[in-house]
Amino acid sequence: MSKAFTPTAAHPGVITGNDLREGFNVWMCDDGWTPDPLRATIFEDEAIADLALLEAIGQADRVVGPYLVEAKRGPDGPLPVHFREEFRQRGPSNYFHGLQADRISGAQKTESTHV
Amino acid sequence: MFDIRPVEADYVRHRAAEFRAQVARRLDGSLTEDEFKPLRLMNGVYLQLHAYMLRVAIPYGTISPDQMRTLAHLAEKWDKGYGHWTTRQNIQFNWPKLVDIPDMLDALAEVGMHAIQTSGNTIRNTTTDAFAGAAADELVDPRPYAELLRSWSTDHAEFQFLPRKFKIAISGGKKDRAVIAAHDIGLRLTEQDGKTGFEVWIGGGLGRTPMLGKVVRDFLPEEDLLPYIEAILATYNLSGRRDNKYKARVKITVHERGIDVMRAEIEEEFHARRRAFNGADREALAIFQDRFRAPSFRNAPVDGFEAESAANAAFRSWSDTNLHPHKVEGYASVVVTFKAPGQTPGDASADQMRLLADLAERYGHHDLRVMHDQNVAFPHVHKSDLPALYAALREAGLATANAGLTSDIIACPGMDYCALATARSIPIAEEIADHFRALGLEEEIGNLNIRISGCINACGHHHLGHIGILGLDRAGVENYQITLGGDAYDIPAIGERAGAGFPAEEVVPAIDRLLRAYLEVRDDASERFIDAYRRLGPAPFKAALYPAPAHA
Repeated sequence: MSKAFTPTAAHPGVITGNDLREGFNVWMCDDGWTPDPLRATIFEDEAIADLALLEAIGQADRVVGPYLVEAKRGPDGPLPVHFREEFRQRGPSNYFHGLQADRISGAQKTESTHV
Repeated sequence: MFDIRPVEADYVRHRAAEFRAQVARRLDGSLTEDEFKPLRLMNGVYLQLHAYMLRVAIPYGTISPDQMRTLAHLAEKWDKGYGHWTTRQNIQFNWPKLVDIPDMLDALAEVGMHAIQTSGNTIRNTTTDAFAGAAADELVDPRPYAELLRSWSTDHAEFQFLPRKFKIAISGGKKDRAVIAAHDIGLRLTEQDGKTGFEVWIGGGLGRTPMLGKVVRDFLPEEDLLPYIEAILATYNLSGRRDNKYKARVKITVHERGIDVMRAEIEEEFHARRRAFNGADREALAIFQDRFRAPSFRNAPVDGFEAESAANAAFRSWSDTNLHPHKVEGYASVVVTFKAPGQTPGDASADQMRLLADLAERYGHHDLRVMHDQNVAFPHVHKSDLPALYAALREAGLATANAGLTSDIIACPGMDYCALATARSIPIAEEIADHFRALGLEEEIGNLNIRISGCINACGHHHLGHIGILGLDRAGVENYQITLGGDAYDIPAIGERAGAGFPAEEVVPAIDRLLRAYLEVRDDASERFIDAYRRLGPAPFKAALYPAPAHA
């Protein structure tokens, strides 16, 4: 866990948590929350990230346990740094369940929600 | 079989309705997450790595066919078609939506089941021998006492906010299959001068500070069970540490204060409390003893079993491995392992649950037990029914002949599901099982307990494995420590760390070297891995795990 993570330009971060009603993982994006980690907003500045995290905590009617965690820039959006976040984005390794399955089946969770 | 009294069913329904209202208040913003979290935990609802998780209590692992069918219904309707047997004889569902959990609890309440006290700092599910009431070596059936503890501890007002969670296990006799040494309270049924009673252990537990329990009372007359247990809890409730979560279990209280100090305080409390027990517990016990009376066993020939054993090598192999001696002639207890090739240890599909329910009705006197090693047992099967039972299980992929062998691995969900995990457990378990199956070495290796935990909380009981594996995060990479010499049963022992950890891809080769070394050094095939380890000490096994470089 990287709750105390401080983002910088060299080590940016994203804000993530769980959907309150259903429990799936979500990431903070420019227009709300998304189950697609590639759409997550990237934070490079500690003060801006702290404010965004406060905003996320304030959205307790949508999201449970939001935290800031390190990410790296990829060609299509932010990518995980730690394996825990990689698993959160993909799903378990013993079954094709979780977000990996939702993406393929098209049964994607509710797209980003304005809050 | 566990039946339901109306008052209990009403209580369980009431609790389900209460939780429905709590969920509604969380969703409409009346409750914050900080306010809601302890309420959901009191009802077995966790938030895990990918989703919510619901842990349902299976009291002392005893479950009826109808209850098993309800679990199948939950798996199919509100989860992803399966559930996971836990090391404390419960079941976990990995994918429920919070908004659906009140409906799940309503469905459970219809068959007298619930998720109360499967989390939180309360008295958890009392566990016992999966072969209770059946085992040939059992002294006294522990289930009436387990049920007495369950009904006493459920919603016990004094013990809802203990310093930390509290787990009790009961063994029905000298042969312990309930792992009593690793519980906060361990009870072993025994006899003294013709009277039934308990040897009482306290202060056992695994986790980050593994400790075996200590005997606090050599002999407790069985009629004093509840006042004495209540005295232990009351003493711990006051003297257990609440300043540090990691030092709050009773094992630390016993360790820091000493068993003699604890014993003296418990005895004093016991004498005060015993006066308040007016006989209701004795009346309840009599009801429970009647409830758990033995089924009407059949007296029939076992020729069919013997003929099938002679004719069918696969059946013989399964019955050699997966049967347990029964107290009644002509009967056996049957272990159905949930460790088939490619299967996640302890996962059961809805179809498999329904089949178990049907087979328990047809061949098993309507009785099923969830085992602490993530398998399921039919406690009472007449041997003449074993060929048919085997055939039905085999057709469903549930007749793997591996109970107690290398591939019968206990593994926690690890970082595939658990928010606390530091590494994955399931893929390591699957790789080890696949490797030794492919080599065809399982039978030759014989009895072996491999146990894997994905973090130091030790839900996979790695300390008690003959070979224990602990998954850790080392600088952002999964890494696995190996412990050797643990034992949950005959001579309880905490395994000792063998040395530096291994990256994930090196775990199977390391276990391969270890077990080949065992095959080399054992006296003969009857000397198990753990026996050889005890005889020779760790040196030859460490040498196999950490071979000297070839150029040295």
